[in-house]
This record gives sequence, structure tokens and C-alpha cells, in this order.
Amino acid sequence: MSKLQILVIGRHPEILQTVVRLINNNPNWQATGAITDQEALSAFNTIVFKLVLLGGGVDNESEATLCEAFRTKNPEIIITQHYGGGSGLLFAEIYQALGN
Amino acid sequence: MAHTVLHKAETRGHASHGWLNSYHTFSFSSYYNPDRMNFGALRVLNDDTVDAGMGFGTHPHDNMEIISIPLEGDLEHKDSMNNVAVIKNGDIQAMSAGTGIYHSEYNKDREHRVKFLQIWVYPDKKNVEPRYDQITLKLEDRHNKLQQILSPNPDDEGVWIHQNAWFHLGKFDKGVNADYAIKAKGNGVYVFVLSGNVKADDQLLNTRDGFGIWDTDKFTITAETDAEFLLMEVPMMQ
Repeated sequence: MSKLQILVIGRHPEILQTVVRLINNNPNWQATGAITDQEALSAFNTIVFKLVLLGGGVDNESEATLCEAFRTKNPEIIITQHYGGGSGLLFAEIYQALGN
Repeated sequence: MAHTVLHKAETRGHASHGWLNSYHTFSFSSYYNPDRMNFGALRVLNDDTVDAGMGFGTHPHDNMEIISIPLEGDLEHKDSMNNVAVIKNGDIQAMSAGTGIYHSEYNKDREHRVKFLQIWVYPDKKNVEPRYDQITLKLEDRHNKLQQILSPNPDDEGVWIHQNAWFHLGKFDKGVNADYAIKAKGNGVYVFVLSGNVKADDQLLNTRDGFGIWDTDKFTITAETDAEFLLMEVPMMQ
């Protein structure tokens, strides 16, 4: 079974790394981290993501630009906010976004 | 007409990690219940007990208002803003994680456990500069009256956070009651009973029960026994 692909965008490198590591602890999920908008857009063009998590530091302008680009390329993409920067809310946010 | 929700203590999520025993009112970490995600902007209410000499290693947070209220014992806090502090029963700590912080929390005591409430409130603005605040409260100021311990205003009583929220503590003798008037339109109040039994808007609550009320201007809380409780007024829209 292929892993569910999740794109995580956040400006804080250590927190981004932590969130990616936590997601990848689930054997059914595969996370890709992106610090910059360009990294996020580039990853979105090469991997078929099911879910995008918008993490800390992403301002409103970037969020609007990224969401428009993601939805243009994949209207089915699920985009949700990640709050807290760690394990506390992460899994509930993912389950809720996926409708589980 | 007021709307209400009742969360009995025994319906909370529970996680035992050996050194940490935690009860989750709302979904947290490996506890996921889609019907128990939040009460408005109140997202986390964890009732934690930490064994002697144990604690939470350094870990990150961002974009969350994090409030800790020790109920028993002392907890040492260290963070990436170079704050080193001990919070003890009678204190309240507030941290705006904003663009990102790291912190650790340890029970340095080798003999006694620590009990504390860990509360997370969604911020009203994202990516703020991280900040830390801690104060010692006067215990007598909550005896048979409501003591404000948190607000949105730096100049008001208690600590402050980036959210239109107000917290109060009460330690009431049996039979004492108080009216609570909602401070901001659209807000609701989550009542959490620390000890004893209370009635909130005629709903009987026992120790560690939670009760949310919204779409009302005020309600009455009455101590059915000697009781301690926490009132958390938060916006009902995140």
C-alpha cells in the first residue's frame, strides 16, 4: 500500500524537522517538509500530496498564494492549519482533515 | 437560549506513560475523539501528574497560547528565551509560542509528584513574537469570590494572552454562589471542577467534570460542597 503523502510548510527549521519526524513515525504516512514557498511549490509539482499542513511562520500572503497554486494543480487537495508545533495536536489535525 | 455541553471526568482521554499520568478533556497526542476537539478557542485541557524527578524534555511549540496552572508540587521551566523559573501551587504561567520556542518542564523534587493543568488556547493572531510570563496569585483572593487570573489585557489582573479570553479561579465554601457575566459577546465559558461539587447553570458537576456554556450573558455557579473550580471564558469561534 502506498503511503499517504503530506506536505508540511513551516519557517522554523527545527520545528519543521520535528513535525516531519513525528508524521513519519506513522508507517502509513510520508511527510515532506518545506521552509520556503519555492520549496513547497517545487515539491507539489513532483509529489502527489493528499494533505498540506500550514505550520508556523507562514504569513497570510504566502498562504493565499500557495493555496491558490495547490488548488489549481489539484482541486482535491486538503489544506489545513497546524497549530502547536509538535505532537500535541498534530495527529488529531491530520485525522480530522482526512475525515477519519 | 443557552447551549451547554457536559464532559464527565471519566469520559476524558487517558494516557499513562509511567512517569506521566495525563487526562485529556480534548483530543491530544494519541487520544483522538472527533467529538472532543475543542471548546471554541480552548483546544487543550490536560490534567497532568508528573512523577518525582521526571518531566518533559526539551520540545518545540509554535502558534499557541500555553497556560500552566500547578495544583500540587513544583515544576521547573526552561526555554529558548533563556527563561529559567520554578512554578508552584499558587502560580500561573503563560507562554505565547508564536513563531516558535523550545522548552522543558521538570519535577526536580525527588520525593513528591507534581500535578498541574496544561491549557492551550488558539491565539487570535499567528506568528507573534514568543513571550513568557509568570505570576504568583494571592490564594485569599479566590476564597468565596472569583479571582481573575488571565485576560487579554497586559494591564489587567493576572497574566495576559493573545486571545479575547478571561480565566477565573474560585475556592468556595459550601452554599456560596456567584454570578458570572460573560465579558465579550460571542464568548462561552468552560467550567472545570478542581475539587468538590458545584452547580453551574443548574448542572451538577463533580470533581474534574467539565461543562461548557455559551449563547448566554451570564450564569450562576454554586458550591454544593466546599469546592475549587476554574472558569475559562473564550471566543466560541477560533
